[in-house]
Amino acid sequence: MFDFLGRSFPDWEIPLREWTNSAVNWLVAQYGSVFDAITDALLFLLVRVEQGLAWLPWWLVVLAVVALVWHAFGRKIFPALLMGGLMILVGTFGLWSEMMTTIALMVVATAVTIVIGIPIGIFMAKSDSVRAVLKPILDGMQTMPSFVYLVPVIMFFGLGNVAAIFATFVYAVPPVIRLTDLGIRLVDKEVIEASRSFGASSRQTLFEVQLPLAMPNIMAGINQTIMMALAMVVIASMIGARGLGQEVLRGLQRGDVGLGLEAGLSIVILAIIMDRITQGYSRRGQAATQGA
Amino acid sequence: MSKLSVRNLYKIFGRKPKDVLEKVRNGLGKEETLAKTGHTVGLNDISLDIEEGETFVIMGLSGSGKSTMIRCLNRLIEPTAGEILIDGVDIVNLKKHEMQALRREKMGMVFQHFALLPHRTVIENVAYGLKLQKVDRSKRREIARHWTEVVGLKGYEEARPSELSGGMQQRVGLARALATDPEILLMDEAFSALDPLIRTEMQDELMRLQAELHKTIVFITHDLDEALRLGDRVAILKDGQLVQLGTPEEILTSPADDYVEAFVKNVDRSKVLTAGSVAVDIPTVGIETAPDALLKELAPVYSGTAYVTGPAGRYLGVVTAAELRQGVRRGDKDLREVVGESAPTVDTTDTLSKLFSVAAASETPIVVVDSEDYFQGVLTYRQVLEALDNSDTQVASTATRAEPRQAELAQS
Repeated sequence: MFDFLGRSFPDWEIPLREWTNSAVNWLVAQYGSVFDAITDALLFLLVRVEQGLAWLPWWLVVLAVVALVWHAFGRKIFPALLMGGLMILVGTFGLWSEMMTTIALMVVATAVTIVIGIPIGIFMAKSDSVRAVLKPILDGMQTMPSFVYLVPVIMFFGLGNVAAIFATFVYAVPPVIRLTDLGIRLVDKEVIEASRSFGASSRQTLFEVQLPLAMPNIMAGINQTIMMALAMVVIASMIGARGLGQEVLRGLQRGDVGLGLEAGLSIVILAIIMDRITQGYSRRGQAATQGA
Repeated sequence: MSKLSVRNLYKIFGRKPKDVLEKVRNGLGKEETLAKTGHTVGLNDISLDIEEGETFVIMGLSGSGKSTMIRCLNRLIEPTAGEILIDGVDIVNLKKHEMQALRREKMGMVFQHFALLPHRTVIENVAYGLKLQKVDRSKRREIARHWTEVVGLKGYEEARPSELSGGMQQRVGLARALATDPEILLMDEAFSALDPLIRTEMQDELMRLQAELHKTIVFITHDLDEALRLGDRVAILKDGQLVQLGTPEEILTSPADDYVEAFVKNVDRSKVLTAGSVAVDIPTVGIETAPDALLKELAPVYSGTAYVTGPAGRYLGVVTAAELRQGVRRGDKDLREVVGESAPTVDTTDTLSKLFSVAAASETPIVVVDSEDYFQGVLTYRQVLEALDNSDTQVASTATRAEPRQAELAQS
């Protein structure tokens, strides 16, 4: 009864699946060499950073972190020492070299994200139509389950750290774009007018007024980006990234709760340290621009 | 040639301003335009000339187009139609980099909320325009230091703007605008965000600086008292149209329409009207006149007093009919022997507020002379009071004041 009303969905078909697959295949076939070049370049960078960190004596790394937190936090010694202590704690778990690998991955992934994200944020702030197009894309990037883009990322860049960097990029780039856009848009219109009225070009206004005044917001975006990148560490290890994420995964696969906890805690500690450093600088930037 | 001329300037905000322009030109009002086309008329057929060295005030309430107007002058806002001539060059057609160069070299601007760079120190803010002019660092710091001192902020060079009070921040704004030595100074509600006391102080400061610098100043305000105080000439805008343009006294004494009149009602006239504008010009007597001839001629004008001027027309003094009669009786042959200085004299530029005590104390009319001592007319306390009266009886009193002028015309 009532079948004529159409209880089941008719076979209207939009073959998004086929289109996507053929597009991905076409891209890989057509621009394979381009992706290879990008892979090689990033891998080169990553290996250098990792080797550099591994080469440094452990206590120098701890000292460097203590010094950075101390400087970022307006020369307070207690938080700095606490962060140094937490790093040593990770070492006692036997995860020092894994932590260095993860830091290297974070540094490169965050650098790529910032280098690409900030200019996009600037474009977005300059043009309302760019913003209208980008906003839903950014929303999509943040809500799309990350497993969906792990597969094409592997197809483009192969298994391993570079694919992990790109997966991290997709997941972590929205906040830095959004907050760069927001920061620039929030700059007092009168100050921009003042800059223009004295004959500044739009380039001069951007670099001497808008970006410095947007810096606290941009730093907040970078902070969020780093946090999100750390959240991707475990997922990234599924496509072959090494480091702390891999240990978590190993703990999961072997049912080794203790290993999972140690590695998981280490990621949290890394997150706390990076958060303190970036937030410290963000707040100092705010004090400088708002004179609080 | 005027320093700055605006010719038939229009600014229409909206999606298709050029299409709406024709309708506005054909007389469609601001509200109808908004209702029919969704476009806002910012400026509607403005034409005016601003002379070199004058302080030109553009006054209007919010929405009158005054902020749009000043931003068109340096093209922070692009006009929809019309010409803006600076030293005879139409800047509307200048290319982007030419306009930037013009702003760097010729114009300085002061903003309502100061618009200082919060991440730079006072001296860096003052030097900002010089930096854009590519003046080298030590030179621009030297110039900036000078201007920081001129506006009274010596010792605050390395402070951040947020550490300063509003009045001090605006001094920085003023110093920044002056540091590049621009010919034209644009001031957008520059003192509106300040406390009344500080505002008056800054107005005085501006007038003091202007007396030395002789910039061409375009000053925007919504405060008529401020407009009349600062302006050599005042333009009143309403709904993007120029309602009246004139000297402060012209605007006070003959408002163009009800709108201006409503404004003018609450103004403290004694601070705007000057002795020169209220004084009644009456015939004077040359010093070479024989006393006995003068006595015969001395008509009972102003209780029989004659105002005596020297050979070059400079004011010498007064003589009353009574004094003259005594002099003639004594046998004086020269007017010099009887002329006295019994009447108080004031300068044409003195505001009426300064004359109250003089007028109250004086039995005789006050003599008004200009800065070179040329006789400009006389003034009684009655005229001072009449000039201050802004009720409707004003019409009648203006008429009585005009009478002696006509009498003078008839004589000459």
